[in-house]
Amino acid sequence: MSQLVQDKRPVATVRSGPLSHARLPRWAPAAIAAGSIAAGCGIGLAAGWQSRVQWGMIAALVFVLATYVITTKVENSRQAKDRVATSLVWVCFVLAVVPLFSLAWVTITKGLEVVDGYFLGHSMNGVLDAEPGGGIYHALLGTIEQVLIAAVIAAPVGLLTAIYLVEYGRGKLAKAVTFFVDVMTGIPSIVAGLFVLATWNLMLGFGPSGFAGGLALAILMMPVVVRSTEEMLKLVPNELREASLALGVPKWRTILKVVLPTAIGGITTGVMLAVARVTGETAPVLLLVFGTKLINPNPFEGAQSSLPLYVYEQYAVGTDASIARAWGAALVLIAFVMILNLVARGIARWKAPKTGK
Amino acid sequence: MAKRIDVSGLTAYYGSHKAIDDISMTVEPRSVTAFIGPSGCGKSTFLRTLNRMHEVTPGGRVEGKVLLDDENLYAKDVDPVAVRRTVGMVFQRPNPFPTMSIFDNVAAGLRLNGTYKKNQLAEIVERSLRGANLWNEVKDRLNKPGSGLSGGQQQRLCIARAIAVEPDVLLMDEPCSALDPISTLAIEDLIGELKERFTIVIVTHNMQQAARVSDRTAFFNLSAVGQPGKLIEIDDTERIFANPSVQATEDYISGRFG
Repeated sequence: MSQLVQDKRPVATVRSGPLSHARLPRWAPAAIAAGSIAAGCGIGLAAGWQSRVQWGMIAALVFVLATYVITTKVENSRQAKDRVATSLVWVCFVLAVVPLFSLAWVTITKGLEVVDGYFLGHSMNGVLDAEPGGGIYHALLGTIEQVLIAAVIAAPVGLLTAIYLVEYGRGKLAKAVTFFVDVMTGIPSIVAGLFVLATWNLMLGFGPSGFAGGLALAILMMPVVVRSTEEMLKLVPNELREASLALGVPKWRTILKVVLPTAIGGITTGVMLAVARVTGETAPVLLLVFGTKLINPNPFEGAQSSLPLYVYEQYAVGTDASIARAWGAALVLIAFVMILNLVARGIARWKAPKTGK
Repeated sequence: MAKRIDVSGLTAYYGSHKAIDDISMTVEPRSVTAFIGPSGCGKSTFLRTLNRMHEVTPGGRVEGKVLLDDENLYAKDVDPVAVRRTVGMVFQRPNPFPTMSIFDNVAAGLRLNGTYKKNQLAEIVERSLRGANLWNEVKDRLNKPGSGLSGGQQQRLCIARAIAVEPDVLLMDEPCSALDPISTLAIEDLIGELKERFTIVIVTHNMQQAARVSDRTAFFNLSAVGQPGKLIEIDDTERIFANPSVQATEDYISGRFG
């Protein structure tokens, strides 16, 4: 059918020239890494060091140095710098990941010893701190309710603030709002807790409750929601707004029907991450929710518990059984945040603008 | 229901910067008027003043009058949203709504305005897509996202979206500059058909295109960078390209510009 069209000019013969030089094989970095880990272990054993951290440090150092020396010998000094930079990136990556994995590992192994249906489904009512048994049902319930209250308050306020800043905000007011959102981002959580304690509990005279804790968490959540939503709305191309306005669609409808749907995936992710962030807050909960051993499903009256608070209390007791319970609660807390993150990612993917493929 | 546009003494600003200065012209109904001129001479700005999109840009403001069949678009009690329903616009880069299907994109103007009857919607969408010469290509995938179409198809989708709300005037801001010659030809043919029903104003950098599609041509120029753009002359396209009355127009058209 169709003939292959070929360039008529002759193809030059291939030979080695000034552009090529000796190269390390592809497996060289892996080999150097293995060698330096062996060297790190060997030096550590020989010197009789107990700490594995020291072994690792030696291995990392050997890895970077050996990469440099070997590459300079075999290739050239520019390649050597290139590979040293690469190896430094790898070392930093491992340094960052090791604590993460170690944390996850310890929490999962220690947590799984106690986490079971009974642990998730029972409170600490009538369980002495020193004896095994009991569970986190009251704390889990409290955390879910308080975080839900915080999200219900902070998400709409944060969303509307971000819409104001991106779509309407001009001049001094918008600048002031941006400034105070930045300031709020830096508020220590205990200060938010004290603020709610001073106004809601002391001035207005309400007792400790899950709702008061939710208020403090909402204060902490709001700036995060504003910031992330703002960034997402800024990502929506202006052309879409103009296209909609040029169709004679009023501005509020353009925002509601064109801008928000385009950004909804990112906005949901932002809100979920903000929720995940405040889920682990202990200080304001300690002040405002107070902690209890009993199941209190009503967040508007009486002390509740929450997962971070539970971990703190159980750890403070200091018996084997209570510390085991603290690990279990920590595992549940991490799993809870993890699930929120996964849900956020799922929503982001589901709602992302389709490409039509 | 094509309408006539009468512009008199129109000056537009971006903040304190004067972008176009004292422009007056008449755009005839049921015809194609092309704006040509070098970059930065204010063609697009002027086009955007014709449906009050200029003031959407922060700092954008306008002095002067734009009469649409004797109604001043810049009178105090005129609602810019209503103006934009009457004067539609197609942009340089195809910009279908990414969250919506092809059908929803065309229906967007009607749906978002809330001015439609449900049983009419499918009919209007089909009519608009046929009007934009896109129906045969997309009729089997109306529920697929609009962003999956090729660039030329997307631009025709945007034209279908613009004519679905039945505007009186259609403004086109370099509608073919991001398209290949075949898609450009499709859109130029379409412009020829659309002028039976609409008043069309098109900005273009392509002088052959202006010569091909337009009945009248306006030449804009600016005396120096940073100076406001001015209307140099407007005349029948044939006269502008064969025998312009201003030297600058002839220089620009024949490539002896600058």
